[in-house]
Amino acid sequence: SPCLDAKVCIVGGGPAGFYTAQHLVKVSDVSVDIYERLPVPFGLVRFGVAPDHPEVKNVINTFTQTAQHARCSFHGNVRVGKDVTVEELQEAYHAVVLSYGAEGNRTMGVPGEDLAGVYSAKDFVGWYNGLPRNSELRPDLSCETAVILGQGNVALDVARILLSPVDILKKTDITQHALDALAESSVRRVLIVGRRGPLQVACTIKELREMVNLPGTRPEMEASEFEGIAETLKSLARPRKRLTELLLKAAIETPGEEELERRNRAERAWGFRFLRKPLEVLPSTDLIRAAGIRLAVNRLEGDGEGVRAVATGEVEDVECGLVISSIGYKSLLIDPAVPFDARKAIIPNTMGRVQQTAGLYCSGWVKRGPTGVIATTMNDSFDTARTLLQDIGKGTLDVSTVKPGSQGVSALLEKRGVKPVSFSDWEKIDSEETRRGEIKGKPREKMLDVGEMLQVARA
Amino acid sequence: MSCKLIFSWVQRQAKMFFFCIMLFVAHLKRTLVLSLILSEEKVTVYFINRDGRKITTSSAKGDSLLDLVVEQNLDIEGFGACEGTLACSTCHVILDQKVYNQLGPITDEENDMLDLAFGLTDTSRLGCQVCLSRDLEGITVRVPDRVNDMRRSDDTGPTL
Repeated sequence: SPCLDAKVCIVGGGPAGFYTAQHLVKVSDVSVDIYERLPVPFGLVRFGVAPDHPEVKNVINTFTQTAQHARCSFHGNVRVGKDVTVEELQEAYHAVVLSYGAEGNRTMGVPGEDLAGVYSAKDFVGWYNGLPRNSELRPDLSCETAVILGQGNVALDVARILLSPVDILKKTDITQHALDALAESSVRRVLIVGRRGPLQVACTIKELREMVNLPGTRPEMEASEFEGIAETLKSLARPRKRLTELLLKAAIETPGEEELERRNRAERAWGFRFLRKPLEVLPSTDLIRAAGIRLAVNRLEGDGEGVRAVATGEVEDVECGLVISSIGYKSLLIDPAVPFDARKAIIPNTMGRVQQTAGLYCSGWVKRGPTGVIATTMNDSFDTARTLLQDIGKGTLDVSTVKPGSQGVSALLEKRGVKPVSFSDWEKIDSEETRRGEIKGKPREKMLDVGEMLQVARA
Repeated sequence: MSCKLIFSWVQRQAKMFFFCIMLFVAHLKRTLVLSLILSEEKVTVYFINRDGRKITTSSAKGDSLLDLVVEQNLDIEGFGACEGTLACSTCHVILDQKVYNQLGPITDEENDMLDLAFGLTDTSRLGCQVCLSRDLEGITVRVPDRVNDMRRSDDTGPTL
């Protein structure tokens, strides 16, 4: 076939962007440019994965290889939708892949949600992971009880970070200001609250096991909430069965002597609460901060996948000073030229091809919704890349015209006073963060300010 | 020249000749033994890739199946995302029953990640936890159809 020179642009420098690029550059006629809003790459691998899960971040090595590939280049500090439009990208490239993830979050939609002391898990995680926009969060950790709404892995991450011994955290890449705040924290009890029952918890066993084994903590749960659960074990599929077995063991099994002693010595406690839905965050007497949360009590109806939570009419108040809602991330519209399904909060697409827009594709959370781990996104990104390559092969994606690619975009950005950060510029930031971390015995000390990142990048 | 001198010269040459042959044979023996030992270090493994294609490869004993895939740069896309640290299930492989039974017990940590693997079978293992030994010479390892580390319990809603 004649030598093509297919130029593809990817919007978003997180896992979806990098894995899509990785698959595309396997084909010798394709070159890829990745645009990222922040000066630093890697998205949620840097800002979402918990500091005490460094192995999960090993994927950064494969992303680095991709970024350093001859036919791939990274352009940080470029805000698509503001500094350059999607339409302008479509003019400069044969294809544009939208991989910008989910920067918003689902709200509880209850009164009191705006009180001090109420945070989305996304913002709380962003705070301890150094996301610049959350650097000023300054959560108040002077209360005894924290309530987390939602029982997925993000909820468990938050609970674990709130209760982990500081000696463990101080060796991770958690931000210094979060470490300092957690060292002064008075939080001793974390409740992880869900609308449905024990068989519907959305977290997975690795994260649950980490809670069960968390030094200095003990599980505290109501045996009554587990009635009838043990009897269901034999009918469960392996993953759910092992998870439920571990949950029952932590929640209701009488511990052995050693474990009993360990629990008696533990100064911090955590537990799931089931069949509870938030109705209102209750204010303090000065009406400024959260002092409690009012929960509706549910019961379950139906069975199997159709199990639904139904209100009983009963209500329960729980005293707490910290409320963290961990009920889901949400994608946002970044450019009016992009079709967007506001209800599902995703870009409408078929196998990664954006509906009604030739040359536009999507991958990752903005395509499927904000669930799944890095490897789920990897698989999805490979699928989109395959679709794109198929379209080139079939001729439905025309790559015969000559396109200016990054040169065209650079000219626009220069006119607008926007200076992109290259991958080797990021490597300067990386070195500096690593150097600062080494002094403290941490893998890195993340920079919290975009201005500072740009300064180091340009040095 | 006297016959005696010629004779002793021939004798010396013959001795040297046979001495060289002995050295040569000893050397051969040594290298043969060496190569036998070296070949015992290598373990041949057959991978059946997702597209059904067979890949024949070999690696030093003690290497894990993941090490083998990485060292030999096998074209198995997305294999071993977390680089062998039990933080994903992308190195999920399916073994023959006999081979599976030969291997040691599975830790909770490995089972926890296996729980999330797509297409989990009763003879599934994580490739990063299977270390090659002489007993595993010539095994066939199947890479399942989809790399889908879905952190999603089978009967509930979304999970991160």
